[in-house]
Amino acid sequence: MEPGTRDKGQGKREKPKGTRLALAAILCSLFVIADSAQAQPPRPDPRSNADIMVNQPPSPPDGFVPAGELLAREQLPAAPLVIGAYAVAWVAVFGYLWLIWQRIGRVERELAGVSRRLAPGERR
Amino acid sequence: MRKLFTPLLVIVAAMFAYAPVMIYRAPYESTMGLVQKIFYFHVPSWVAMFTSATVCGVASAVFLFKGRRSADRIAVSAAELTLLFGLIGLITGPLWARKAWGVWWQWDAKLTSALVMWLIFAAYLLLRKYGGAGSEKLAAVVGFFGMANWPFVYWSVNIWRTVHPKTTVVPTLPPPMLGPLLWSMGAFLGLYALLLAARVRLENSRAELDELYLDIED
Amino acid sequence: MSPETRPSFLGTAWLVMRKDLVVEFRSREVVYTTLFFAVSCVLVFAFGFVREGVAVDDAAAGILWIAIAFSGTLALGRTFERERQNDTLRALLLAPVDRAALYVGKLAGVVLLLTVVEAIVVPLVALMFEAPLFAHPVLTAGLLAAGTLGFAAVGTLFAAMLVRARSRDVLLPILLYPITIPVIIAGVRGTAALLQAEADLPLARMWLSMLVFFDIVFVTLALWTFEPAMTE
Repeated sequence: MEPGTRDKGQGKREKPKGTRLALAAILCSLFVIADSAQAQPPRPDPRSNADIMVNQPPSPPDGFVPAGELLAREQLPAAPLVIGAYAVAWVAVFGYLWLIWQRIGRVERELAGVSRRLAPGERR
Repeated sequence: MRKLFTPLLVIVAAMFAYAPVMIYRAPYESTMGLVQKIFYFHVPSWVAMFTSATVCGVASAVFLFKGRRSADRIAVSAAELTLLFGLIGLITGPLWARKAWGVWWQWDAKLTSALVMWLIFAAYLLLRKYGGAGSEKLAAVVGFFGMANWPFVYWSVNIWRTVHPKTTVVPTLPPPMLGPLLWSMGAFLGLYALLLAARVRLENSRAELDELYLDIED
Repeated sequence: MSPETRPSFLGTAWLVMRKDLVVEFRSREVVYTTLFFAVSCVLVFAFGFVREGVAVDDAAAGILWIAIAFSGTLALGRTFERERQNDTLRALLLAPVDRAALYVGKLAGVVLLLTVVEAIVVPLVALMFEAPLFAHPVLTAGLLAAGTLGFAAVGTLFAAMLVRARSRDVLLPILLYPITIPVIIAGVRGTAALLQAEADLPLARMWLSMLVFFDIVFVTLALWTFEPAMTE
């Protein structure tokens, strides 16, 4: 190894087991959400004409149109997906932030330790 | 830079805390109902990913042609964030598509081209990790080419097929929906700046540590 | 080399290409092995996509371009492996010649190699899949030429970059395929447009112009980045 290149894997070996477990839990919950979303077929509603939309795959929309009083019952199959989506975003983002924070702390502690070892005069 | 960190963190956290309220209050969209609300996180995470890819590409070019190490540190941080925000987009996209279009993955233009870009930046990180010494410069070429490739990937996949809502949707959004979207976009971009700063700080500290070890060895 | 005797840009490129061709001609190792690999590729994919003797729609175009991509990657790896073993790349880089000319010379060699491979594989695919690849020879040749150039342009740069890297064998495809996806899409769709019952010529021409544009952009970028990438 040329001088100046440390094995980059050194710092990462200390990844706590908790992080791995958390990631596994997230993945498992994603599967559960996906499964529950598939398991519930949309229930046809006799009173509104919205069931036509529900029983056919909706054509891809060209624009967004805000609805008035629509579909309270359309919500249930969608809810797990929406919750899943938001959960993924939150967990990914703040998980990453936490990870970086941990690593910064570790490296800066090491930095302080090494600086102390070097006698004041030797530091270039 | 460090002094801005905590206030920025507070602001971003507050924005994220308030975002669900705004999103909840936004009106339902007529054909898609509740599931369309994924849009408020899906689109901003793409914006963040695209920003990050550009930052990585530009920083890579600067490192490649000017040799500035700091640019390389920014590039690697931006590449990781591209993957992070891309992953959010790639997971929320199919979750939305499942309900709106009936299938998880439909090879539509935007999702597919985003996947390709994600793979390019994953390749960037793989090269840095497993390429051995001197792979920073090689990875910079990949990052630079990746950014330059974006229009080609998008056009070719777009002509190949397209099912996505057209991009012109956003300017035609009614104010009750535009508000939460812009808020979320602001939150995500603020978050991106925060994460980039944190990650670059980590890289800088690691570089400083490496230099100290060098000093010891001498 | 004094400035008066230093070869010009094209002269350098020609010398490099000639060197590669002469070395290759002596053993013909890379040509034969790449060719046979391409043929096996076509066969393997055929078993995937031919049902009861009839190929799935557009299978011929897809299989052709996948075979080109895979065998191209292999050829790139082999060509630069040879340079690495004899450390000749460093010798070339030390020569007082324009670095970009080295890139052009290498690129020309790779494109020539792939052309030879395609000369065999294209008729083979036409035969095995009853694909009228020679119905519009100019457009088909144009698509193949532009696509091969685009793929080789990026591939030559990456393969040269990776010569001194670890895990270079697997890293080359990982880096190359995502970036050349536009080339593959354009090549396959353009060829498929020509293979239809009533060939869609305007569509094929559109894909061809996209390929040409890609080539111009990425050859330029590669020329630009070759020197910084190859120097320490």
